[in-house]
Amino acid sequence: MKPAASSDITGSRIREQRLARGMKQGALAEAVGVSPSYLNLIEHNHRRIGGKLLLELARVLDVEPSVLTEGADAELSALLDAAARSQVGLGAETDRIDEMGARFPGWTALIAAQEARLQALDAQVEALRDRLSHDPVLAEAMHDVLSSVAAIRSTSDILVRETDLDPAWRGRFHRNLHEEAERLSNQATGLLAQFEAPDAEGGSPAETVEAMFDAAGHVFPQIDAEGGAAIDAILDQTPGMDNSATRAMGRTRLMEYAADAALLPMEPFVAAARDVGFDPVTLVGRLGVGVAPVLRRMASLQPETGAPPTGLAICDASGAMVHRRRLSGFALPRVVAGCPLWPIYTALSRPGQAEEAEIEMPHGARFHAWAVAEASEGRAFGAAPALRGTMLIMEASPRDRPLPTIAAGPGCETCARIGCDARRGGNAGP
Amino acid sequence: MTVNHQPTSAEPITGRDAGPGTVLIVEDESNILEALTFILSRAGWDVRGHGKGDTALAEVARVRPDILVLDVMLPGQSGFDILRALRAEPATRNLPVVMLTAKGQAQDRDHAMGLGASAFLTKPFSNDELVAVIKDLAPALTDRPAAAGQG
Repeated sequence: MKPAASSDITGSRIREQRLARGMKQGALAEAVGVSPSYLNLIEHNHRRIGGKLLLELARVLDVEPSVLTEGADAELSALLDAAARSQVGLGAETDRIDEMGARFPGWTALIAAQEARLQALDAQVEALRDRLSHDPVLAEAMHDVLSSVAAIRSTSDILVRETDLDPAWRGRFHRNLHEEAERLSNQATGLLAQFEAPDAEGGSPAETVEAMFDAAGHVFPQIDAEGGAAIDAILDQTPGMDNSATRAMGRTRLMEYAADAALLPMEPFVAAARDVGFDPVTLVGRLGVGVAPVLRRMASLQPETGAPPTGLAICDASGAMVHRRRLSGFALPRVVAGCPLWPIYTALSRPGQAEEAEIEMPHGARFHAWAVAEASEGRAFGAAPALRGTMLIMEASPRDRPLPTIAAGPGCETCARIGCDARRGGNAGP
Repeated sequence: MTVNHQPTSAEPITGRDAGPGTVLIVEDESNILEALTFILSRAGWDVRGHGKGDTALAEVARVRPDILVLDVMLPGQSGFDILRALRAEPATRNLPVVMLTAKGQAQDRDHAMGLGASAFLTKPFSNDELVAVIKDLAPALTDRPAAAGQG
């Protein structure tokens, strides 16, 4: 990682100036027209900024723009201070920081750069930890494993301790034990598949692109404001985009975002979505555009618009997920396939026909899903069109219109519905 | 739907002690439900089982149990929602409720306790733990008028 140049700490200075004015992050974000999550990334030096947005921030904070971009000395001191405070026991001579800076500028810059790097790594560890504890695939799989273990523990305890057990009950408990052992074995294999995903080395291109969307809250105000011209700058600022395959995939996703933004500009889209209570079906009817762009755009609505949390899945004709926005409680597997009963897959068999359904997960959580498959026109006579499924997911609400419920799951590898007819490898029977 | 667990050829489970009252277990995993039913029956309780969340409240009103054992993750309605509804009703405000969860996370426990759960068991628990927790809650029953009109 390169040392922290002064532009790397502009964000810290913006944060400093904002806090000095007792201003809330949300208020500053609103005043300059960006989302609070984006401002948060800027303030933590995860996004470089410049140009119009920097001038706008300086204007709202009532400081000269140079106060935000220059004065690296003050920033250097802050980093050195933080470094000293993180290792109090070593007794760094904090009262002589200025002297050190003057005598050893190179060493001083090195310490500051390492402190900046430590802070960035800390933030990354925190983000990964948060992701692990909220990964719905893992949570659902662990729940199933613990359920089976609970059944096995209670049942085997009865079999061992109850010496005068009636033979009919004994047979019944033996069958239950066998069934749970089978189920546990499937679940363990499924869990391993999750961990053996080929992203141990810094993430697959799809993972890196997804991380870029996650970090941005799935909204890119620069593209909303400037269109596709902002894409290169965004890719330049995103870690991991120096790999050409990853960058190409990132560009494809962002170009799609830009096309959606041009078709459905954010401000009127938010107003229309709010007007119809964030119901995609009514919204598609009102806007008179394709279903897929509306579903994708819904997944970029920020919480402050009043929109409910959304999940998004985009798959290719093979059913492989090419893009996801994860929604808590709805497992969208990373590598293994999802549940064959999801409407995103049924939609693939009827391109152009939008599907709406309620999905019930094995443990009762209910979701509302909207899906459609689009076929892009073949590029030459005789060329097959590329097919792509898009599905938007929200938690089901009691206000939803009644819909047929699909008893689905998180994907066969980790699914508790062992009697399901759609199960890969066959129905394990009642 | 009430789940029927007893193998037809088996003799009904008979309690070893004098029956302290009725326990209703709401749990969608049928093998867990069957084991818990057996254990508590052996401990002398009159045990009823129920496998769905959305009809659990109706089942509580019908069975009028002395103690409710309630799983958190249920089809139809979560155990948290059911507990919240029970605590809002005068008739079930003081019903002892033991929550079961597979997550075992501190936040789930806090959530259940905040909603007024009487006790909490994290899967996988031992049968002895279950019986002990139910037994701990049983003395509270003596304060109740002898109204338990379970059929």
